Amino acid sequence: MFQIVKKEQLNSAVTRMEVEAPFIAKKAKAGQFIIFRIDSHGERVPLTIADTDAQRGTVTIIFQAVGRSTKMLAQMNEGDFLADFVGPLGKATELEGYKRACVIGGGVGNAIAYPSAKALYNMDCEVDVIAGFRSKDIVILEDDFKKVCNHLYITTDDGTYGEKGFVTNKLQELIDAGNQYDLVIAIGPIPMMKFVSKVTEPYGIKTLVSLNPIMIDGTGMCGGCRVSVGGEIKFACVDGPDFDGHLVDYDELMKRNTFYKEQERHDAEHCRLLNQTV
Amino acid sequence: MPNMAPKKVPMPEQEPDVRNHNFEEVAQGYTEKMAVEEATRCLNCKNKPCVSGCPVNVRIPEFIAKVAEGNFAEAYKIVTSTNALPAICGRVCPQENQCEGKCVRGIKGEPVAIGRLERFVADWYMANCTEKAKRPQSNGHKVAIIGAGPAGLSCAGSLAQKGFEVTIFEAFHTAGGVLVYGIPEFRLPKEKVVAKEIEKLKELGVNIMTDMVMGKVLSIDELFDEMGFEAVFVGTGAGLPNFMKIPGEDLLGVYSANEYLTRINLMKAYQEGYDTPISHCDDIAVVGGGNVAMDAARCAKRMGAKNVYIVYRRSMDELPARAEEVHHAMEEGIEFRLLTNPVQILGDENGVVRAIECVKMELGEPDASGRRRPVPVEGSNFEIPVESVIMSIGTSPNPLIRSTTPGLEANRHGCLVADDHAATTREGVFAGGDAVTGAATVILAMGAGKTAAESIEQYILSKQN
Repeated sequence: MFQIVKKEQLNSAVTRMEVEAPFIAKKAKAGQFIIFRIDSHGERVPLTIADTDAQRGTVTIIFQAVGRSTKMLAQMNEGDFLADFVGPLGKATELEGYKRACVIGGGVGNAIAYPSAKALYNMDCEVDVIAGFRSKDIVILEDDFKKVCNHLYITTDDGTYGEKGFVTNKLQELIDAGNQYDLVIAIGPIPMMKFVSKVTEPYGIKTLVSLNPIMIDGTGMCGGCRVSVGGEIKFACVDGPDFDGHLVDYDELMKRNTFYKEQERHDAEHCRLLNQTV
Repeated sequence: MPNMAPKKVPMPEQEPDVRNHNFEEVAQGYTEKMAVEEATRCLNCKNKPCVSGCPVNVRIPEFIAKVAEGNFAEAYKIVTSTNALPAICGRVCPQENQCEGKCVRGIKGEPVAIGRLERFVADWYMANCTEKAKRPQSNGHKVAIIGAGPAGLSCAGSLAQKGFEVTIFEAFHTAGGVLVYGIPEFRLPKEKVVAKEIEKLKELGVNIMTDMVMGKVLSIDELFDEMGFEAVFVGTGAGLPNFMKIPGEDLLGVYSANEYLTRINLMKAYQEGYDTPISHCDDIAVVGGGNVAMDAARCAKRMGAKNVYIVYRRSMDELPARAEEVHHAMEEGIEFRLLTNPVQILGDENGVVRAIECVKMELGEPDASGRRRPVPVEGSNFEIPVESVIMSIGTSPNPLIRSTTPGLEANRHGCLVADDHAATTREGVFAGGDAVTGAATVILAMGAGKTAAESIEQYILSKQN
């Protein structure tokens, strides 16, 4: 059992939690993830590690309540216990040796982008962050990002906060202005990662994306998370979740992620913990 | 006077058309009366060939003699003196190739039903005796076991009986390995059998830590240097699924057997009230002919599929699955498409499987494995309309442990190199089961775990002197 030691609502749908998991806290690196299970009837759900505190023995996760399990997780409070919390899974993001990076997050993907920005910044890389959101009311992690980058650009689709437009517009603008990046990291919705990769491709800028396919075990034993990268089958849980953004088959990934949509919609309506419709 | 009936006392089973709609156990087990009757068929012969056929050397004639007397508690004690998991072995061992394959009674007629009797004794004990296992006096030596599958559990049981302080590290949230995620409920009940046998190990003092992905959360070096373990047993199995690398394997509705079975067995997707989803469909193809393929096909039937096809490239004679499993699958209405090999999987406009395209095969000359090599028949391509395909063409060892442990050698198949005494190329590290042999059977893994326990004992005690 794994205790939730801190809970904070970042916006109406996004929650930050600190979970006591000392073994994981000691080992986790940027880009790795955990799998949690609420209780004995729960499913196994992957979430990227947003931060760790080895001293306190805690792991921070940031998640959006979108389906049954994340909605139930959001209902849990400090002092409550999760049945399972496994990690650190996946490969750490390779961040060594870069001089100038642009880290791009979309929506809740910013929570996953944050540890990479932090790690790069601490390795003396010059880091620009583009944090994109649909609208002002869902902006998260602004203060956290400010501490781990040289420039922070916030964009909103509707222009209610920061600059109006998509992250891709901002990235194009920065490249056009002569910024020379040797690494771009893009983490967010699949279309966003696809279009960021399209922006960087003509310039030959190395682009890493963090993929989010459906997972079950997260240790390489089922292939539920398989993705096509450069024409080869890869298991995102062990070969990734980071991949070369220019080689990923995004359309296939998008299709695979919709496979259980009907059942998910049905399940999301009923919360087992509260025994009511949510 | 022994019972000279040529045939085994039959075991009651659910009717095929009933059981293929539920996940209850197919074989219901002997009653006391049936067990005693079957036990009297044993001749209690002097040279005991059956014992040599058992990878963990259960003292077979001795325990059967106790069953014949009606002394089931004593029979249980004899079985568990060499086998920590009898309720499991009695159910899933391929006895025809092991103990029963060597039984003298099998020369004229059927062998003694050793597996059924072992199962009876274990089930009887669990139902009638609440006495906890006695925890042996600790000898103060700590051993770590990686993987809570059959090899790890058996190694842990043997070491705990000898007084070692054993900790098992398991990646999943439930201990049991293939016993919980692979073999379905209708062959091996999870709560009633597997969980209870594991509970017995805990009573012996075995500590099980779940949610620990070794190689990620802790390395073998850390187990030695920081946590004070004196020896490590690696029983991580062969859980990495193979795909055929044919077009269409990325379509929606294509599963590895591991994924399909894990969703159903471990995550209980077949039961109301569990959160893990699974696809339901009318027509489904399972590619492969092993026990795992039979399990997946029979699960698919129970999930409501109307037509379930086993697609296998060789003929009936070469099917690697146990004859009993094939027989059960046929009784339950699974259709066998033999000498048939998939060439691609076809999808609809939404990327969902609509058919599997196969080619007819014919058997050519024997290959290196001694089996006749299947050769495609030119131009014989045809489609089987299905909505889902389960790939069950074997598994390989997971590279996680070997890639994070310096000095641990593996062969070109990724299997750990270990000698006859289960010692690997790294001092103090032992290995057994599928991690060493590649995908094999539960009982061979248990046998390897037991052998490793003896080697570990010798290793630790010799180091002390």
